[in-house]
Amino acid sequence: MSTMRKRFYDVVAELLEADPCVAVVLAEIGAGELRPHPRLFNVGIREQLMIGLAGGLALEGLRPFVHSYAPFLVERPFEQVKLDLGHQDVGAALVSTGASYDSARSGRTHQAPADVALLRALPGWTIDVPGHPDEVERLVRAAAGRRDNVYIRLSEETNARAIQTDGLHVVRRGSDSAPVVVAVGPTLDETTKAVRDLDATIAYVTRVRPFDAAGLRAVARGTDVVLVEPYLAGTSAAEVGAALRDRPHRLLALGVANEELRRYGTGPEHRAAHGLDARGLRASITEFLPAPRLAA
Amino acid sequence: MTVATALGYGDLPGLLTLQTGDEKHDPSSHSTLDALWVLYDRVLNVDPESPEDPERDRFLLSKGHGPTAYYAVLAAKGFIPAEWLPQFGAFDSPLGYHPDGRLLPGVEIGSGSLGHGLPIALGVALALEHTVSAAPRVICLVGDAELEEGSNWEAVQLAGRLRTGRLTVVVIDNASSTYGWPGGVERRFELEGWSAVRVDGRDHDALERAFAAGDGTRPHAVVAEVVP
Repeated sequence: MSTMRKRFYDVVAELLEADPCVAVVLAEIGAGELRPHPRLFNVGIREQLMIGLAGGLALEGLRPFVHSYAPFLVERPFEQVKLDLGHQDVGAALVSTGASYDSARSGRTHQAPADVALLRALPGWTIDVPGHPDEVERLVRAAAGRRDNVYIRLSEETNARAIQTDGLHVVRRGSDSAPVVVAVGPTLDETTKAVRDLDATIAYVTRVRPFDAAGLRAVARGTDVVLVEPYLAGTSAAEVGAALRDRPHRLLALGVANEELRRYGTGPEHRAAHGLDARGLRASITEFLPAPRLAA
Repeated sequence: MTVATALGYGDLPGLLTLQTGDEKHDPSSHSTLDALWVLYDRVLNVDPESPEDPERDRFLLSKGHGPTAYYAVLAAKGFIPAEWLPQFGAFDSPLGYHPDGRLLPGVEIGSGSLGHGLPIALGVALALEHTVSAAPRVICLVGDAELEEGSNWEAVQLAGRLRTGRLTVVVIDNASSTYGWPGGVERRFELEGWSAVRVDGRDHDALERAFAAGDGTRPHAVVAEVVP
């Protein structure tokens, strides 16, 4: 089990005890990791009900955390997410595990690279893609105190250190004309390796909706932007375009390819296959930049 | 019990006419009308003066299709003004072809896409165990064809296993399910641990008795049969 997932179980178990509004809704996944509690509802393998029931809990003022693998949390009950939460004007915190290819050995059925793209198509969602278990803890605690819809995407992939930020955080600043490389969540360490000797500004983002447009505008002094996302490539391209709509700019949007890979194996193997390891990222970035310069 | 207004069952055809302009209101064209009237006139503990009362009974119309009967009953009982009815479906009207719970006082949910109300109703019923000291009922209205949606059965199964006694479902059975429910849909509920009764969906006294027939220790289904 990933450390992010373990941290989520630990924190949500604590919240169940401490906050009488917090409820947890599961569809078997995770049920073995949490002790029984009056406000923990394991609905069995019934994912449509998982979301609908959470909507009912929220209508009565509870704050449901709903948790499963991303395909079963977002894709299978997508209409319930749209209607039983959004249309009813109530909120839940959806916390997924599995990410794009953590369960590579399980095949396509357990992979959800389009989860963020799907949720971004619905109004009002806050979408967090943490890169470290400590970030997960802060986001889960914050989500307990909110009443709107929040998606927290856990992953086996983690960065070496946590960066606690809701906006765009500058990790390293390049020259004024340097490209801005925006790394989302667990892509930061590989991205940093990929551009370690290049003149580039590296920015880190965990909150991809709402996207920190002002932060990007402040840091983007040149024309070139590279976006590195651990899910479907281009998911946040429109946000970058909107942020820089009045400035000439070029965007390279990297992420998981839309084509089905039809491979098993490991997460790192899939990361490499999608060009999201340091080597793949460097190849894409140096090809994109007209004349990559070394850092001073 | 519901607060009485000056309008009664006999006024409903006129209220329906305000919405559709159609003076021919054969009861069969409004399959939900009698069940809705009995609920609001005799069963539900709801009050148009305090539609957000935490201790009110919750009524969730899952079968959001054809809500004219619902709007007529809500108007008769004082939840919405009858003056709204002629604008049914208009851009600036809160009354659409499928009701929106955020636009209407006393309406718990928005519905229209089938198979959503019952899972939400189960969540409401389970939440009430933790949020309200009194014992409000949760009643959800579905159609016999709506029950073709598998999401309903996810909720029926779990409610039966959890013995969610405050939950009641009324199934308006006008035999509109293309492939039907051989042996009666109530048998499916009973198999999942519910109590269930089938009644004449136009007989107000029978409906009232059916809604009172649940014993509170398990969920209860009222199958209200209406002639198609």
